[in-house]
Amino acid sequence: MAIVFEKPKMLADVPLHYCPGCTHGIIHRLVAEAIEGLNVQDKAIGVAPVGCAVFAYNYFNCDMFEAAHGRAPAVATGIKRARPDNVVFTYQGDGDLASIGAAEIVHAATRGEKITVIFVNNAIYGMTGGQMAPTTLIGQKSTTSPLGRDAEKNGYPIRVSEMLATLDGPTLIQRVSVHDVKHVIEAGKAIKKAFQHQIEGRGFSLIEVLSTCPTNWGMTPKESMDWVVQKMIPQYPLGVKKEVL
Amino acid sequence: MNDRVMMKGNEAIAEAAVQAGCRCFFGYPITPQNEIPEYMSKRLPEVGGVFLQAESEVSAINMVYGAAGTGVRVMTSSSSPGISLKQEGISYLVGAELPCVIVNIVRGGPGLGSIQPAQSDYFQATRGGGHGDYNLCVFAPGTVQEAVELTQRAFDVADKYRTPVMVLGDGIIGQMMEPVRMPEYKMPQLPEKSWAATGWTEGCGRPRAVINSLYIQAAACEKHNLNIYNKMNELAKQELLFDTQMMEDADFAVVAYGTTARIALSSVRRLRAAGHKVGLIRPITLWPFPSAYIGQAAQKVKGMLAVEMSLGQMVEDVRLAANGACPVGFFGRTGGVIPGVNEIAEKVLAMKEGL
Repeated sequence: MAIVFEKPKMLADVPLHYCPGCTHGIIHRLVAEAIEGLNVQDKAIGVAPVGCAVFAYNYFNCDMFEAAHGRAPAVATGIKRARPDNVVFTYQGDGDLASIGAAEIVHAATRGEKITVIFVNNAIYGMTGGQMAPTTLIGQKSTTSPLGRDAEKNGYPIRVSEMLATLDGPTLIQRVSVHDVKHVIEAGKAIKKAFQHQIEGRGFSLIEVLSTCPTNWGMTPKESMDWVVQKMIPQYPLGVKKEVL
Repeated sequence: MNDRVMMKGNEAIAEAAVQAGCRCFFGYPITPQNEIPEYMSKRLPEVGGVFLQAESEVSAINMVYGAAGTGVRVMTSSSSPGISLKQEGISYLVGAELPCVIVNIVRGGPGLGSIQPAQSDYFQATRGGGHGDYNLCVFAPGTVQEAVELTQRAFDVADKYRTPVMVLGDGIIGQMMEPVRMPEYKMPQLPEKSWAATGWTEGCGRPRAVINSLYIQAAACEKHNLNIYNKMNELAKQELLFDTQMMEDADFAVVAYGTTARIALSSVRRLRAAGHKVGLIRPITLWPFPSAYIGQAAQKVKGMLAVEMSLGQMVEDVRLAANGACPVGFFGRTGGVIPGVNEIAEKVLAMKEGL
């Protein structure tokens, strides 16, 4: 019998620790499929963040680094500059990338570091228990904004992709979502394209993936997917923000 | 390069690093160490290396973490306030067992402090500096020539024990010009870097590399910390360096390191000329510290005086080593003020008279 569906070899055969309804699992798979599809498993070096994906070094079946909170783009810069022929990626959440690591991501992008960044935006700090993130929506409740995010007190959510798209260094900045099959397929294509940009030596590439956090949002998985569509996408519109061909 | 050439300390350190095979440098400007990144920006491309000016010291040390994890020889340099920013990364480098060399050309502090020479980062350097259970191996050169030799040794020690190593110079070591003979660098026999992340496939002959300091189970973290602790104890046994002057018949010892030791040596000579049996103990590694030697010397002399460009940091290690066997006094200047030959000699005489 022909095998028509397999787990990518780029994903280690271990159980993931993610909560039910969290889309990290889907995004891991898309990254693994992209690397396999481009046949660069043996060149891939990944950098895991601090946050829910902190154990990503156990899941991606390639050489991996675990970086300090927010520093993954700097670590990836060190790796890529030392070994330009490797395919280097970071996998970061919104607290990691858009708050504590804001300087690192902006400067890696503006230098045009030939790395690929997978930016998973679920509008909350997941691992630490649901605190307000730089991407938390106005009015969204979190354990450190119990009455809802108030722009007067907490400022506004950051649109990372639009911000980075103003820089000259990036050659691909795109925001995708994984809330249904159609969007999962589109996200997979975008991630593959981002790695192609790196392999072809074009420049910095970043794919922002809107993601869910049923546990800390206090929703069922289905409600979470609906919330992405109804609340997140209006604040964080999908699409290519910058592409240099 | 066997002839002696005049070199500024910072440039000599940079050239020594290149000759020891350093091929990546990540840094951020701060006085008084700017000649190191400036030299590297010109020199490293000549040997196919990488120079990158980072957006901050925090980023620079994390770039070091990335490059070190691929197995290349890598260095960063800074001065006191910048080294404070690097402490996060240094702690991670220790935890992930990555070799690298960190140069601190110390200036006056706390805060923005001054830009003149100081030794007030001794605690930060020798106690680890960042969070967690560790010590850092620290070399403290007393001359530009020694800065060259210790920088090269620092790379070897870092690779041998898979640990970051610090070269702690004060602003004088960095800024002073002195004749230097660049030694012919020969790399010693060192362990293979089979742990390095270079790209992996099943059956490529090594396990998948995971450069990491996270051990989420307490028992696993304890085991990891004990492994590092045991490794560093071995380093302490093997790599201790110190110098003594006129200690054979001394009844009093001055203890000082770096530039201060050089000034103190002049004080000791002056006191000897006046008939006082004073000697000098100069720690060259600050961690490991020459505690055993100082402990033995404390049994023989009537007193010791620790002299530092700080308000008293190394003196704590001297007192621990002496363990009450003799009184240990302290004299220091702070904030970038350099102690003079006469004032050290006067402090020695005052202390001797009171004994």
